[in-house]
Amino acid sequence: MQSLPAIPNIFKQKPGDGAPHRFQENLMIFLFLLPALILFLLFVIFPIFSSIYYSFFNWKGFGPAVDYVGLDNYKNILNDKVFMIAVRNAFLLIALSLFVQLPLSMMLAVLVGRDLPGRVFFRTIFFLPYVLSEVIAALMWLFILNPDPNRGFVNAIIVFFGGDAQPWLGSTNLVLLAIFAALTWKYFGYHMLLFMTGLQNIPKEIEEAGVVDGANAFQNFFFITLPLLASTIRTSVYISVLGSIQQFIMVWIMTRGGPVNASETMATYMYRFGFVRFQLGYGSAVAIYMFLLCLIFSLIYLHLTRKPDPLSGIE
Amino acid sequence: MQKTTPHRSSWNTRKIFQRFLQYFVLVTVLVAVFVPITILVFGALKTRGELMTSPYTVPMPPRWENIIAVLTSPSYTFWAMLRNSLMVMLATTTGVVVICSLAAFVFARMRFRMKGAIFQLFTLGLMFPITIAILPVYFVLRQLNPYVPLIDSLWGVIIVQIAFQLSGNILILRGFFTAIPTELQDAAYIDGCTAFDFFWRILLPLAKPALAAVAALTMIMSWNDLLVPLVIINSDKLWTLPLGTMQFQGQYGQDLALVSAFVAISALPTVIFYLIAERQIVSGLTAGAIKG
Repeated sequence: MQSLPAIPNIFKQKPGDGAPHRFQENLMIFLFLLPALILFLLFVIFPIFSSIYYSFFNWKGFGPAVDYVGLDNYKNILNDKVFMIAVRNAFLLIALSLFVQLPLSMMLAVLVGRDLPGRVFFRTIFFLPYVLSEVIAALMWLFILNPDPNRGFVNAIIVFFGGDAQPWLGSTNLVLLAIFAALTWKYFGYHMLLFMTGLQNIPKEIEEAGVVDGANAFQNFFFITLPLLASTIRTSVYISVLGSIQQFIMVWIMTRGGPVNASETMATYMYRFGFVRFQLGYGSAVAIYMFLLCLIFSLIYLHLTRKPDPLSGIE
Repeated sequence: MQKTTPHRSSWNTRKIFQRFLQYFVLVTVLVAVFVPITILVFGALKTRGELMTSPYTVPMPPRWENIIAVLTSPSYTFWAMLRNSLMVMLATTTGVVVICSLAAFVFARMRFRMKGAIFQLFTLGLMFPITIAILPVYFVLRQLNPYVPLIDSLWGVIIVQIAFQLSGNILILRGFFTAIPTELQDAAYIDGCTAFDFFWRILLPLAKPALAAVAALTMIMSWNDLLVPLVIINSDKLWTLPLGTMQFQGQYGQDLALVSAFVAISALPTVIFYLIAERQIVSGLTAGAIKG
């Protein structure tokens, strides 16, 4: 640390010495921020504005954009039934995540609790699907959802118990549920992990005090644990909502948005117009809609998180 | 004493019943998690014919033909994909750790004008995930292409991956850096350290667990990413593992045993890495979620 030779410097310092020191420090701040700022402005901020610009054009991507169409792209998107299916699917996925996946993850976190023998083992296994790539997860589910009971395990089980094989990914009614099952398989472990951390942050004494005061397990959970988990629940909701809006890879691999657009999401819709049909202006307008949707949810989230968390005491 | 004994034993039976219920639910979920994985591994270890006639039995004896075929056939180029994925992952992770720790240090420990505003700008990135941004980002890459060829290049994948990891990881690291006591910084300055000395010799070594968490998370993200390579890479020589896996399934989809073998092998590095770095991944994720 070379502490000793450094000490005399302090005594040598004259009143004017601060200025070059300050300059050095500013230079360091500038150089430290520079790489992050360049990459961020060029690849995250600038694209937002360039896609706003292109969204006013009918542009196929060759040469400069000249065919100005005003708000036509935005209007046409809202008039497209397929886009509306994508919006409906996003909200369906959000609803399913919030009312099925989130309670399931929370229940499992509570079951594992603080001191169940083997809790780390269960956590490790339940979290494994989250770490696998979406490509691998999607292909695994593509295999087990095969409509032929001799190839798809899910139908084999149903037939074994005397039911009828279902076409899952081939049925406009079932496809979204089937995809949701795959998504839950992949992501419940992550939410469970969040809840396990949240539960661990609740002081044991608070729950024990509830028991001493005569609360049964249900009362203890609903009136003590649940309110104290509020901030974890908000985080989990936020991640689910944003994830549902931008769902792409699992859907693209399992169904390409089909059959007959039944599993279309906004991201698959954008990808189709942007990268398959090369209607870049139209695709940009879709991206702007998605961005606005995320922005609105984020602002609502920020507004909600301003409320103080009961465990953090004073904000 | 005698009065409490019966009460105690009834408490114990209740406790045992409760434990039984807990394990019953957890094991059921465990089985559900393992079903798709098991079916895949079974498929990978059977011949095509075996998979047709007895799809759900344990592969006894295991057949390694498909695995060997995937690993050795020159037309599948598994090793090339593995190399591409490794290169992208290492470059992206190095870039993210270096760039984010520099920026996070400045935000956590230095005072300057516009600090709040610049930091807010970075947090804006959290609301603009790559899936939504991919088309606009593609425009930028195309505009840059005459000067810096990033399309159909692994560098393009690396740069875009880094750019979209900045917001989250700067936030995580800033949290960790802020938690290191100010007294340490004061002591270092009194000892004649410059701000850079403090950053390089004191803060970074202390923040190793945080850096490891960020690195582990970035590695997983980069390794699993399909969208960015899908949009940027055209030539099959440059396919990464997820992109190659998807293309392989498209090409050989009829041969389920072969595809299963390919998918299983391409999942193996992630599983091994996860078992080694679980602690870092978990701590990075929980820190990220709580700060974010």
